[in-house]
Amino acid sequence: MTTLAEEVLAGSRLALARLLTLIENEDPQGEAALDRLFPHSGRAHWIGVTGSPGAGKSSLVNRLARAFRSPADGSPPRTVAIVAVDPSSPFTGGALLGDRVRMRDLSGDPGVFIRSMASRGALGGLARTTPAVVQALDGAGFDIILIETVGAGQSEVEIARLAHTVIVVEAPGMGDDIQAIKAGILEIADILVLNKADLPGAENALRTLRSMLELGHPGRESAPPSAPSSEWRPPLIATVAIQNEGIPELMQHLQAHAEYLRRSGGWQVRDRSRLQTQLEELLQATLLKRWRSSLPDGEYQQILTDLQARRISPYQALHSLLGEAPFPQSFQRGSSALLT
Amino acid sequence: MTERKIRVLIAKPGLDGHDRGAKVVARALRDAGMEVIYTGLRQTPEMIAEAALQEDVDAVGLSILSGAHMALVPRVLELLRANGQGHVHVFVGGIIPESDIPALLQMGVRAVYGPGTSTQKVVEDLRAAILQEKPA
Repeated sequence: MTTLAEEVLAGSRLALARLLTLIENEDPQGEAALDRLFPHSGRAHWIGVTGSPGAGKSSLVNRLARAFRSPADGSPPRTVAIVAVDPSSPFTGGALLGDRVRMRDLSGDPGVFIRSMASRGALGGLARTTPAVVQALDGAGFDIILIETVGAGQSEVEIARLAHTVIVVEAPGMGDDIQAIKAGILEIADILVLNKADLPGAENALRTLRSMLELGHPGRESAPPSAPSSEWRPPLIATVAIQNEGIPELMQHLQAHAEYLRRSGGWQVRDRSRLQTQLEELLQATLLKRWRSSLPDGEYQQILTDLQARRISPYQALHSLLGEAPFPQSFQRGSSALLT
Repeated sequence: MTERKIRVLIAKPGLDGHDRGAKVVARALRDAGMEVIYTGLRQTPEMIAEAALQEDVDAVGLSILSGAHMALVPRVLELLRANGQGHVHVFVGGIIPESDIPALLQMGVRAVYGPGTSTQKVVEDLRAAILQEKPA
């Protein structure tokens, strides 16, 4: 199967579309093609766009794609891939993917590729295979990859682990200042956008969001101590996407954030931690599957039965399955003494 | 490997602004477990073929009430074939005179559904046709 990856690298859009389907279906052929594309990836700017349903994510993505295609500063156009995720029904597994409705002006441009994805049961705002799909588009040579999440509430924050830059889109009338200081989606914003800023209530919403930002931003690179402290302060930008208001300003901030990441080393930090997450997820799934298949028939079920009958605890089950001696009695006594 | 999903593009080519039928079919296909890409009103054949390509769909449903089907449908079919997507199952719904149906089928349309067709029939036809051509 050299051909599919070769065709993608040669610029075949049909091959690319086929590849994305194989990846989505977790077909081994897709995996093989990704192996070939992976060395070509790592160059694109991955931009996540998230926010509540109806905040205007698709319209904003549409405007951003147009702006990248004909930059206001006269720089050469960038090629753009868009991955738009919508939810799958938890009951039927079906999905209605409607983000293209707002992206019709991108039609006919060979420098743009739009792919709709159903979340297929994943809960973090993306599909399980979205990272691999984005990686394939990166390997295929797109300069910019815009990733639109499902309409997100408060905890759909997977995008923060995937994208270099996260734009959180809000609209007026979505809640008071307590909503704004809850943990979650606002925390992951590298750039905060108030869209539909021509609607009543926009002034209040801007004030609330601004004061939330002033309370401080924990920064996403708090984990690795080597990373520079977050000198990046998320800007707040008011837009009216359907009228292109605020888009030039948003583009400047996107550019500034990419430069900031490159200058501060954050680009490398995010790339490494994303690849680490991906590798660990693969390891977990594979090791679990391999280990389970190595168990004698019935042992696992027997342990589950013992567990359910409260004959053993989950920790004892773990040690028994792994064939380890449980903790020495003295340690157990010691630790329970500590607890009491 | 996860279960194979049927992906369908539902499009409204031409200038009429009535998309209720298209939405009813889109919803029924969704409820049948398919992934439906809905592109909205007033699509050109070029826009439809491009979306079908990027989304790698198994089927394209065209809803036409304007009477322009004899111009729009052959163009969509031609573009799909030119893009290497001759395998895509194209079906047409809307107001299509009985007398035009044989010509549409002759061109390569797999099915034509008039007003009053049950959505269940559309679902069953599609499932049968696609799973037969591309098993799992």
